[in-house]
Amino acid sequence: MTAAVEVVDLVKHYPKSAHNAVDGLSFRVPPGEIFGLLGPNGAGKTTTVGILTTRVVLTSGYAAIGGVDVARDPVTARSKVAVVPQRVNLDRSLNVRQNLLFHASYHGIGRTERHALASELLERMGLADKSRARVDDLSGGQAQRLMIARALIHHPEVLFLDEPSTGLDPQARLFVHDRINDLRAEGVTVVLTTHDMKEAEKLSDRVGVVDHGRMLTVDTPAALIKSLPGSGTVDTRIRPNGADRDKLTELLAELPGVRRVEPLSGPATADGTDPEIALRLYVDADPGSLLGPVAAELHEHDVVVSDLSPGSASLEDVFIELTGRDLR
Amino acid sequence: MTSTARSSLRAFWAVLGRDVFVTGREMPSFLAQVLVQPVALLFIFGKVLGQLGYTQPGYAQILLPGMIALNSFLVALQNTSFPLVLDFSYSREIEDRLLAPLPITWVAVEKMLFGALRGLFAALLMFPIGLLMLGNVTWDLSGLPFAVLCMVLGSLAGGAVGLTVGAAVPPRRINIMFAVILAPLIFTGASQFPWAQLDQLRWFQVVCAFNPLTYVSEGMRGALLPDVPHMAPWVCVLALLGACAVFGALGMRFFLRRALD
Repeated sequence: MTAAVEVVDLVKHYPKSAHNAVDGLSFRVPPGEIFGLLGPNGAGKTTTVGILTTRVVLTSGYAAIGGVDVARDPVTARSKVAVVPQRVNLDRSLNVRQNLLFHASYHGIGRTERHALASELLERMGLADKSRARVDDLSGGQAQRLMIARALIHHPEVLFLDEPSTGLDPQARLFVHDRINDLRAEGVTVVLTTHDMKEAEKLSDRVGVVDHGRMLTVDTPAALIKSLPGSGTVDTRIRPNGADRDKLTELLAELPGVRRVEPLSGPATADGTDPEIALRLYVDADPGSLLGPVAAELHEHDVVVSDLSPGSASLEDVFIELTGRDLR
Repeated sequence: MTSTARSSLRAFWAVLGRDVFVTGREMPSFLAQVLVQPVALLFIFGKVLGQLGYTQPGYAQILLPGMIALNSFLVALQNTSFPLVLDFSYSREIEDRLLAPLPITWVAVEKMLFGALRGLFAALLMFPIGLLMLGNVTWDLSGLPFAVLCMVLGSLAGGAVGLTVGAAVPPRRINIMFAVILAPLIFTGASQFPWAQLDQLRWFQVVCAFNPLTYVSEGMRGALLPDVPHMAPWVCVLALLGACAVFGALGMRFFLRRALD
């Protein structure tokens, strides 16, 4: 089957830069998948999306949308993609509905069809009552939804969403997430770039983590989390009763199945009693099976345990593990 | 025709249709933009100075073809360049067009063509206004077709220069664009004086020869007022075609550089 998006050994070098912005990147997105492209700032995500949407000229390698080489036939490739950018780029000279109608006409959709599609999409995006509004009068969330409607009106094969919920309130974010999930049902391929790991984990079928222009790993969020050494966690909140915190940390880290222990910031008590401390244990084994041994160990040292709960690592842990803690 | 060419052509007309639609909605501000300046120039130089006796009686006759030429060239130039500077900087509105299924150079051509259409429209408007304002205008009407040809070529050349300027000027420099580009073009374009009579001021004549507007003014004046000394018509046509080709190609290169990374 032809991939919806195929990128092979992609390289992009900007003239004045010392490094390649994209440096031998490869990945493949099958039709109908929601693919999350993650990476720190400057990792090469935006450049990669730019190449796939024909706005950035590649230096070498191959990039294709639905089997169409974007470098050799950008015009056909453009008819297959749609982009929802992070920054509003709606046509301010047109009202809400006209933004959809003219976009559809650029893509050769007939008059009757584009009017029907515009009405349907405005309804679906909760903008039916804004149909005649000026673009400048829309809120951030409304503009975002209008850009999604505009992107969908020409039936793209692949939709690129750049940071879809940056700056949106929780309601608007949920609404956008629901619409993205609808697209999955319709078989539209979605490539999502985001910094929001919870969003990526929630929406994506698979994610790829990019850094320094290279693909570090590609898999389902669940598999990535599972592959992380110490992917289970046990969070505990304790009152040391005079016992030394570092000593306790050391003791817990020596338990079989525990990889490492990190302090979490816990609430300090103001009444002069021992402050509570919170620790997170990263464990290889099933976190549930470690609750007993951890409790026993703490009990043996007269430590009061106020909370002990099993959990699992998140995509964010995977991301930090792969790309490091350094600021970009 | 291949399906790509067909879809590109359809997209081209749709993009042009969008610009025409927006102009229709903004008609009053468009009219103000294209008429205030040339009408004021025509009124002061053609009417006021004439009535006060500071200009010779025939001057208004010389001025009107020049003002029509000025409008065709300058309105085309401004209406191509200003929107482009804004589009490429803060508004980013043009992205929607750059992602439409047509070659990027066609988007550039559309911008140029649309600017030229606005220039042509502004020039045509000057005919009735000039006739009304100046009263008796004695033109050789047999020269009208050639005058129209010059107007069309002048608008296209204005659009081509506008594309070059609009794609080359960074947004933070837009305020000096008026001072260093538009004002010199207005006053070195032979629209207020016959170029052929500048032989006493040779250096200025040479400067004017670098302004494409000179050839529009001279071509129109020569066609409508054959008795006034003027440049040979074929020189005007050739120079304007050359300006269209050179600035069109240059503008398209700059446009591509701005549109693609």
